[in-house]
Amino acid sequence: MAKTLATRMAFGKELLKLAETHDFVVCSADTKTCGLEHFGELFPGREFTFGIAEQNLTATSAGLASCGNKVYLATFAVFASMRACEQVRTFICHTNQNVTIIGTHTGLQVGGDGATHAAIEDVSIMRAFPNMTIWQPADAISAREMAKASVEFNGPLYVRLHRNPVPDVYGEDYRFVPGKATLVKEYGRDLTIISSGILLAKALKAAEALKEQGVGVRIVDMSTIKPLDTEAVETAARETGAILTLEDATVKGGLGSAVAEYAVGHCPVPMELVGIPDRFGESGDPELIYRDCGMDEESVARRALELLKRK
Amino acid sequence: MSTRYYYTEEDVLRLEKTAVQLRQDILRMIAKAGAGHPGGSLSAIDMITALYFHVLNIDPERPDWEDRDRFVLSKGHACPAQYAALARRGYFDPAALDTLRQYHSILQGHPDMHKTPGIDFSTGSLGNGLSVGLGMALSAKMHNKSYMTYVLMGDGEQQEGLIWEAAMAAAHHKADNLIAIVDANGVQINGWVNDIMRIEPLADKWKAFGWQVVECAGNNMREVLHALHTARTMRAPAVIIMRTAKGRGVSFMEDDCLWHGQAPSEEQLLAALAEVEKGGIL
Repeated sequence: MAKTLATRMAFGKELLKLAETHDFVVCSADTKTCGLEHFGELFPGREFTFGIAEQNLTATSAGLASCGNKVYLATFAVFASMRACEQVRTFICHTNQNVTIIGTHTGLQVGGDGATHAAIEDVSIMRAFPNMTIWQPADAISAREMAKASVEFNGPLYVRLHRNPVPDVYGEDYRFVPGKATLVKEYGRDLTIISSGILLAKALKAAEALKEQGVGVRIVDMSTIKPLDTEAVETAARETGAILTLEDATVKGGLGSAVAEYAVGHCPVPMELVGIPDRFGESGDPELIYRDCGMDEESVARRALELLKRK
Repeated sequence: MSTRYYYTEEDVLRLEKTAVQLRQDILRMIAKAGAGHPGGSLSAIDMITALYFHVLNIDPERPDWEDRDRFVLSKGHACPAQYAALARRGYFDPAALDTLRQYHSILQGHPDMHKTPGIDFSTGSLGNGLSVGLGMALSAKMHNKSYMTYVLMGDGEQQEGLIWEAAMAAAHHKADNLIAIVDANGVQINGWVNDIMRIEPLADKWKAFGWQVVECAGNNMREVLHALHTARTMRAPAVIIMRTAKGRGVSFMEDDCLWHGQAPSEEQLLAALAEVEKGGIL
């Protein structure tokens, strides 16, 4: 599992290719997000930059979309979800505009930049908006496939991308189906880990370690966080009887909450929500921060064993 | 340039007459709803009349016609004024005006593009409309379309920071197909605008952001038409700062922040309708 591209760069690189054959515009606000900074030079007249002004970036994108344009809006996830929160809600989601919001530098993987730039709340916020769809790739390959799917998508879409390169989990045969979870691995049926985003690699390592201890884990990648693949949740509950969710976002309102919201009413089973506890990010090596937050492989394995005791 | 900006004395008289009818529509629908914003609707109605009944290149039969001029009511709480204009212009049955703010009505408390025919974009949260209008103007340029985009804002709304982000960007992107209008009635919900947060010198601010500024008396139809023509000749983003009176046309509502968001009683409505009928327009 060699480290390839960061999910943000894989997504942006694919969009540059897709721009040759697909008609869309890119709006940005002077950040280095996903390699689209030179879009305007490559595709003159199809890029609009707005300086460091994310509210205007977002509301103007909505206006552009209302005239029939497919718009990609790229900025850091903290700004898309919070600085421009109301513009996303009222002007993109309520009006149901065809805007894809590319939110980069998500979760604790941001590392060095620290708390101000580590988007931990973005999933919780975006998930609360009616009409919003949320996708999150696990590696460069799935990010690339998501870019392909995004050009065909119509409506408000939030694509959640990470800053640093991660190991590829998927092979070249991976195909992203919007709204459908992917069964990644099945070592057994003692519990299901439902993961979304780059922590999938950690889920796999934790599952291997658990296998050594005689615990059989099934791993599902919930690449579409909203609308949730409830069938996948139902199957996980019915067939394995315990669910551990794993995400690089706050556990307050993210993937784990989404799964729990469904499970509690339809297929209640013991659950463990692994993600960022009730704290902000900070500067430092992301792997150390993950460990402190109980999100590294060892912690995931340990928490899976604790979960099994509640089964 | 389109001849829609040319006007005759007959046009002025016709539009003044229409404005009387729309003022009465505004008062009736707010009274019927028991809530709404008469002050800012009445101050803006002469401009809205001039736009919908003379200047805008629109077709009520085709609300989604892609080459139509766009109009964004950034001060969305003044939607009774826009609803009256749309109804009388033929976008929907004027009988619907009686349903303002009711459950399942096509006329929401703030404009909703998916519920009301003729609304180009949903608004209501102040400060956002100019950005939306800029997006429409940029789209016109990108696709070589000649439609114009008009954005009507309030003067209290000038206190929102986002307006100035949009103002900077419109000048930067040379959006000469965008006309902003400020309904400077001088009053916001809790009092005089310049007591609550001073926005003057407003013209200097817009000039400093790279805009051409046209000032006019916004409750004078002839001046409104003249200003719209002048703004169109600027060949640059242009803002019309129109000086108006909140509640214009109804003496007891004028200049009074109490009437920012209050419905008239039955008795007040009758008095107001009678005053408007006499033509309370300077």
